[in-house]
Amino acid sequence: MTATLTAPESPVVRRVPIVRGYRFELVKLLTQWRVRVLIVACWLVPALFVAVVSQQASLPVDTLFGRWMHATGWAGPLVLLGFSGSWALPLLTSLIAGDVFAAEDRLGTWRHLLVAVRSPRRIFVAKALSSLTVILVLVIGLVVSSTISGLLVVGNRQLIGLDGHLLAPGSAAGTVFLAWLCALAPTLALAAIGLLGSVALGRSPMGLLLPAVVALAMQIVQQLPVPVAFRLALPGYAFISWNGLFTRPAQLGPFLIGVIVSLVWAFVATGLAYVIFVRRDFTNPTDDGTGRLALTAGLLPLVVLLGVTTAAVAPGTGFGSGIDQGKVQRALAVEFAHLYRLQTKQLNRADVTEAQLQSAAECTKGGDQVAARGPGNDWRCVVSWHIPGVQAAGSAIYQLDINPLGRYVADGDGPKEVNGFFLVRTPSGDEPNPLWQFDGNIELLPAN
Amino acid sequence: MDAPPAVRARGITKYFGEVVALDSVDLDVAPGQVHGLVGPNGAGKTTLLGLLLGLAVPDRGDLEILGTPVGRALAVPDGVAGFVDGPGLYPSMTAKQNLAALARLRGDRTTNIDDAIDQVGLTDVADDRVRGFSLGMRQRLGLAAALLTKPRLLILDEPSNGLDPAGKKHVYGVLTRLAADGTAVMLSSHRMDDVEALCSEVTILSTGRVAFSGPISKLASEDSELDYRVRTSDPAAARRIARETKGIRLRDQEPDSVELLVISSAVPALDEFVKRLVRDDIAVRELAPVVSPLEAAFVALTEQQETN
Repeated sequence: MTATLTAPESPVVRRVPIVRGYRFELVKLLTQWRVRVLIVACWLVPALFVAVVSQQASLPVDTLFGRWMHATGWAGPLVLLGFSGSWALPLLTSLIAGDVFAAEDRLGTWRHLLVAVRSPRRIFVAKALSSLTVILVLVIGLVVSSTISGLLVVGNRQLIGLDGHLLAPGSAAGTVFLAWLCALAPTLALAAIGLLGSVALGRSPMGLLLPAVVALAMQIVQQLPVPVAFRLALPGYAFISWNGLFTRPAQLGPFLIGVIVSLVWAFVATGLAYVIFVRRDFTNPTDDGTGRLALTAGLLPLVVLLGVTTAAVAPGTGFGSGIDQGKVQRALAVEFAHLYRLQTKQLNRADVTEAQLQSAAECTKGGDQVAARGPGNDWRCVVSWHIPGVQAAGSAIYQLDINPLGRYVADGDGPKEVNGFFLVRTPSGDEPNPLWQFDGNIELLPAN
Repeated sequence: MDAPPAVRARGITKYFGEVVALDSVDLDVAPGQVHGLVGPNGAGKTTLLGLLLGLAVPDRGDLEILGTPVGRALAVPDGVAGFVDGPGLYPSMTAKQNLAALARLRGDRTTNIDDAIDQVGLTDVADDRVRGFSLGMRQRLGLAAALLTKPRLLILDEPSNGLDPAGKKHVYGVLTRLAADGTAVMLSSHRMDDVEALCSEVTILSTGRVAFSGPISKLASEDSELDYRVRTSDPAAARRIARETKGIRLRDQEPDSVELLVISSAVPALDEFVKRLVRDDIAVRELAPVVSPLEAAFVALTEQQETN
């Protein structure tokens, strides 16, 4: 049958612009109840957590800055950052980026989407950007919610850094936001790994879980006595390296390496996901993107990247643990001096400067039975200091538990008047003793 | 001026690895034609529809869609719409949200979504999430999604799957109206009654090859015999006349008192049989083929192809 019609306009092939594809993907994500619940949770739960914990008598002292949650509202977002780096951000990236491609496999909508958009490349970009947007909304929720709650419930007060120095509220605010900004880099890396898993593993639940599994594996590795070069080459190290921002001077070396490594991983993993995606044959019903390609184009290049990154940072870091006697002694002496000034102020005594105190520390590990280097809970230090006008030097003992990341908890062992009891008697009543127990951070890179 | 054919395919061949999914397929679909595509499972119907939607390109052969040669995947011209392997819908969205998102994706701000939903009879559930939709409702919504593009070639894979009679009526109505407006419709189906009711032409595929392509009326030639079911006012007399009419064979050995008789006949003998019934004052209450001509031809052709 041949119909005679008015001459039709020349048919054209029109691809959908990325902006429209991005909006389409965003709508699809935001109509999922799971994503909505996550958004509400990220904007409310941190506020509740900070408000409740800040009012409790016992604080989460095992978490960095947890012991200062009564003292300043800026501790709340930092406690949350520590928790988020370990658990929340890997899980959030899993649920968003890890599912954004696999969902189409599950729903059987690839062909429909391809016919509508007509470009796998644009689909990839739209999906990657939309999942990134949702992840950013979630991260911003975590920051804003915990910060506002901390400031409202506890107050905009100065924050004690990881070397005992005080950060004025303005400086604390800037550093807290910089720390969260730093955490975005490994979040991007995990999101990219999520995209890769979602593309390469298709309907398999492993695709959804990949970022969380990778993050967990990295956490386990970080707790092992691996060389510092390997530690810094992992894309999750920036979840830890922000700690160095809270010392003076800031430990910028590990911070920058962590951020750069994370961004390189984000770039490479996204590129691999893109290559696998555009090479997929959507017309072949047996091809769901999984299989040998996932191994050869997905996993192997990342293993190679880890090796290359380790080799690249090794000249600057060495292959040791990064923790030695000199660094421990310096870090403890400096922090003690800062906190001693704080205690002096609490007790309403005459102020002394760090220079006047001339604090020093002598540390041993394992009772001199082992070499004084590396992590462990068997570090014992004697800190000495001088007070102007007093002939004899003061001394105090600390037990240090140093973890492989360079973070330590110093536990005061006396004398009682200085660091042996958790409270100090001040003119206005009993207050927490800043010298009794405190957290610190040792820079793992070689000292200049 | 003559409009170009909606589909013109010559020698289309498509492989999936070692498997030949389509083997030298020729196909012509004119504007305004509803063209059926039938064949057993694995015959290559979905592959062919996928090519027409632009999801893939043939490994050999020439394909023109709406007058435009198609040389690479996802490069079919605008005006082609439809679905294969079921409509692509997102269960977390309502019916209306699905269509609205699709319209915005295409940058179409003028589309009347409510009208498209109304055409397929889903107005009552327009604000319900698709998660709770039955297969038939999804099929109808998929058709509504295709209508948004104002297609000139509509590709539908098993569109009547899961449809209840009301749904079928809506879908038939939409397809008939589209064809009347000049849209070419290409649909696959396992339901021969659907194809016979809707399609003016049909292509039968078997193991990737075209077993037949052309008007349905040509499938059953007047000389070929078909089984017919006959119900009359006088079954005994009708049986007698059937035995006496040249070219008529009785297919059952039931006693004369049984009301329904089944005969085997070509069209000329059948005409003669009816004339004699009428002459003898016997009323014909039912006369219908036991198996539709399309189904009979489909079975015969596919069996023959598989034997070859």
